[in-house]
Amino acid sequence: MLLPLLGALFIATLSKSKELLAKQITFATTLLVAIVGVAMATQFQRDNVDLQFVESHSWIPTFGINFAVGIDGIALVLILLSVLLAPVVVLAGWNEATGGRWSVKTFYIILLILETMMIGVFAASDVFLFYVFFEAMLIPVYFLIGGYGSGARAAAAVKFLLYSLFGGLLMLASIIALYVLSGEQGGHTFDLGALSQLHLSSTTENLLFLGFFIAFAIKAPLWPFHTWLPDAADSATPGTSVLLLGVLDKVGTFGMIHYCLALFPHASKTFTPVIIVLAVISVIYGAFLAIGQKDFKRLIAFTSISHFGFITLGIFAMTSQGHSGATLYMFNHGFSTAALFLIAGWMSARRGSSKIADFGGLQRVTPIMAWSFFFAGMSSLALPGLSSFVSEFLVLVGTYTRYPVAAVIAAFGIVLAAIYILIPVQRALHGPSTEGNETLTDLNLREKVAIAPVLAIILALGFYPSPLLNVINPAAQHVITKAGYSDPLPTIGSTSAEKETINK
Amino acid sequence: MISNSLVYLIVLPLFSSAVLLLTGRRADRWGHILGTLAPGISFLIGLYQLAQMLGRSNEERAVTQKLFSWISVGSFQVDASLMLDQLSICFVLLITGVGTLIHIYSIAYMSHDHDRRRFFAYLNLFIAAMLLLVLGDSYLNLYVGWEGVGLASYLLIGFWNQKPTYATAAKKAFIANRVGDLGLSLAIMIAFASMGTVSFAGIKEHAGQASTGVLTAIGITLLIAATGKSAQFPLQAWLGDAMAGPTPVSALIHAATMVTAGVYLIVRSNFIFDAAPNAQLAVAIIGAITLMFGALIGTAKDDIKKALAASTMSQIGYMILGAGLGPAGYAFAIMHLLTHGFFKAGMFLGAGSVMHGMDDEVNMRRYGGLRKFLPITFATFGLGYLAIIGVPPFAGFYSKDKIIEVAFNSGGAKGVILGCAALLGAAITAFYMTRVMILTFAGSKRWDDKAHPHESPVLMWLPMVLLAVGSVTSGFLFTQGNSLQKWLAPVVEQSPAAEGELLKPAVVSILALLLVITGVGLAAMMYLRKPVPVQAPADVSIFTRIARRDLLQDEFNEAIFMRPGQKLAKALGIADNAVIDGAVRGVARLTQGTGRTLGLTQNGFVRSYAMWILLGAIGLLATIWAVTL
Repeated sequence: MLLPLLGALFIATLSKSKELLAKQITFATTLLVAIVGVAMATQFQRDNVDLQFVESHSWIPTFGINFAVGIDGIALVLILLSVLLAPVVVLAGWNEATGGRWSVKTFYIILLILETMMIGVFAASDVFLFYVFFEAMLIPVYFLIGGYGSGARAAAAVKFLLYSLFGGLLMLASIIALYVLSGEQGGHTFDLGALSQLHLSSTTENLLFLGFFIAFAIKAPLWPFHTWLPDAADSATPGTSVLLLGVLDKVGTFGMIHYCLALFPHASKTFTPVIIVLAVISVIYGAFLAIGQKDFKRLIAFTSISHFGFITLGIFAMTSQGHSGATLYMFNHGFSTAALFLIAGWMSARRGSSKIADFGGLQRVTPIMAWSFFFAGMSSLALPGLSSFVSEFLVLVGTYTRYPVAAVIAAFGIVLAAIYILIPVQRALHGPSTEGNETLTDLNLREKVAIAPVLAIILALGFYPSPLLNVINPAAQHVITKAGYSDPLPTIGSTSAEKETINK
Repeated sequence: MISNSLVYLIVLPLFSSAVLLLTGRRADRWGHILGTLAPGISFLIGLYQLAQMLGRSNEERAVTQKLFSWISVGSFQVDASLMLDQLSICFVLLITGVGTLIHIYSIAYMSHDHDRRRFFAYLNLFIAAMLLLVLGDSYLNLYVGWEGVGLASYLLIGFWNQKPTYATAAKKAFIANRVGDLGLSLAIMIAFASMGTVSFAGIKEHAGQASTGVLTAIGITLLIAATGKSAQFPLQAWLGDAMAGPTPVSALIHAATMVTAGVYLIVRSNFIFDAAPNAQLAVAIIGAITLMFGALIGTAKDDIKKALAASTMSQIGYMILGAGLGPAGYAFAIMHLLTHGFFKAGMFLGAGSVMHGMDDEVNMRRYGGLRKFLPITFATFGLGYLAIIGVPPFAGFYSKDKIIEVAFNSGGAKGVILGCAALLGAAITAFYMTRVMILTFAGSKRWDDKAHPHESPVLMWLPMVLLAVGSVTSGFLFTQGNSLQKWLAPVVEQSPAAEGELLKPAVVSILALLLVITGVGLAAMMYLRKPVPVQAPADVSIFTRIARRDLLQDEFNEAIFMRPGQKLAKALGIADNAVIDGAVRGVARLTQGTGRTLGLTQNGFVRSYAMWILLGAIGLLATIWAVTL
């Protein structure tokens, strides 16, 4: 976890002119982090539901704040997502930083700091530490959008920041309240495990839950807290968008699992119907808006709103299928969105426009780029055989066993997804190659190397998701059990049992 | 029984497809050979499996192969596992056998196409997906193949997608299929929620305990899936446009195999439909509607491929009708599916051969008198023609008449209505197919002098000849000693003793033949006695005009789904910006104002702190208010 920070410090000592070196060091650092991350994952004991790789150092003793980290299976998967995407983003966006408001060097320093924080936010087991990462993360993103983005980048960056700060503040209030309550009940602490043992009156619990939940719903983003996302994605560089939608937004859904459900099981139960409704609205609403978009970046942003609806639905369905599916969905969505954003970014950079209407006939001009985009699109619409199908289907089937109506409505997202993916595919890739597109160049070696592993992972996990599911399942099951739920039984099992009792 | 070679059936074409796609232009020289070998070897494996199967007793013929645990979460346990039984072997041999012939044909047909290698890659992808569809041992495995064939179909319909209309046709097919896929996923969800399993064996075992309501729900959602994939009413509109794909694709995917997947799904799910009579009736009704719908469209089409596509829709209607008649009809539905696989694929290849000789002209009004120029095509197409209209002893006579007969004998008013629809459909089939024959091969030439019609090369006519042999003999073979019925017996419930026959088989045959002769005669009168105009006459009845426009299916879909959907998407886009984001911007302006006001009295960081604390307080108050309300 400290590795990227070291890398950032090292780059900071370089002179501004050594841009290439800065890039190379960043790439090497992220790659090294990815290798270490995967190596740690292999050490992870998957059937152990306690936090692992636990470390704790006293940080601010006055308030009992510890620099405490430790991860379960869910956090592990998200950390893997972060560390695997980071080198891809660096390699894919090799020239992204050029032409920004600040130097290329600064860009990579910010990027590495961001990676540190992404790992930290998933690993934190001290609520205050989590909050610090949660808020501090905004700053690098703010600079990445505002300093290196395009279009109305400053406005978009401010919008992003204000939205997130607003949510963060609500969460801070809740955290302080928890701290105070813990003092009344045996000793001030910010430790997640200890806090989840607190006895809360139902009104207090509901209020504190909302403080956390709204912060996460903005981050995730859930309808109707989503409007910052399209603007941010529109202005950010493709690489920033990947980190933003692919990883940072997952902190929202991760927080729902890790904090909302663990700290406030009763309130979670109380608000579940509302949240399920919001999630279903997100699925359908995001998809409809995606259909209407004329710009690649905004389109992908809206598809993500639809996908986050699925994730939230899976979390609050409170079944093992829904829960495991939701966590797997977070991972898969990270990869398919990364692929979409990066390829759309390359297309836009070549064409000088991200308007879908400006493209045409790319399949015959730049076949590899076009095929990669098509592949990523198929992943986004959850084609069976690709990873997102497994997670989307698990979410739907897990939701159906408890909330059939919600699952049926959300399932219409399957059809809408086909529409929102195939419309841009047809307009940009098919048809005759239109003016301005005949001379575009296909992917170069660096770009191919960046995108190939992403597509390979999407395909491999589609057929063989077990490596991840085996890590996720025990943790997901643990969360559900702690929240006081168990899977609904098949109805024929229960009806035949009832029949037997009647017969007796 | 366990077999370790099932997976190779799928892996070979899949591997070939991957090689052809990844090696790119380097494989242009040998791509078509590899692409043809893969399904060919799969066909041999299929034959080997059949031989093994024949060596075992009837109850022990099914073999399985578990590959690995695919999805395992809580009680949701799905293995990647294959199963080959008496039903799936029929499909395996049809897919790989007809598939190989069509691959051979395509070597010549696509020889001038710059992207022939890519074409073979897609065809192999299709074969692999289709084999997975029929070999999967659970609904979820089937689903992978189900969408896989949809993807391959999309890619192949849009093979020449540089033409915008072709690209649109491909998209239309994919989306219509996705609506069907939605049905399949719902069926799987309902099945899992009620029975805790998604495998065929598991659901078959538990179906007896499930309530009729649940089984009906599963049945109806499966039917939705079948209507999408098999182009049945009301999801039929994509099939006509799908003719944008190269003709071998129309023969393989949109006639012989993929579009019949819906029939497979329903016959495979016999344990559900037999216990859910209402769903079963719905299947029969959908089949009857579609067989009439397709036949009527077929009478008005001048495009030879679209006429054949309408005919496919109609013939699959017969199969769905047969499958909807329950145990009495399953075997005949499959029999018609197999015979149709031969004769319709043969006729499509024939149409391709005509197009090949006529500079890709598809308008039959510009054909005429081609029998002299394409004698082999004429002969093979003619045999297919005799088979489809049901002239004894050709294949369609056996399979179609059996479905008509079972429909009549299914009891009550239902039997009479379904039977009459099927019988009338046979007459219309005879009419439109005779029309196709006459317009294409008989009469005088109506093409310009630029066209030089010629017979196709051997690689093209050989597959046509082999399929014609199937069109002639298959029906007889399948019914000899009820062989196909007995073969399928362990998979599908067998027909209980018929409850009082309404019509004897001989009576049905005679009635059907009389109607067929009427249909043929009518077509001969209309198109042989006077010359056929090159331009389609405009002064025709309203019925003809509606039939030419596919009974207004596109107009209906556009008015009911597409335009309202587009409007909704647009309206939501505006609302999102104005209402939701507008509210947010309003709050932002408000706080900005507040911040500025506060800024007059405060300095530096304190100001922003105050602003945020205020905002937080507002938020908290709002939530307190919301919760206590």
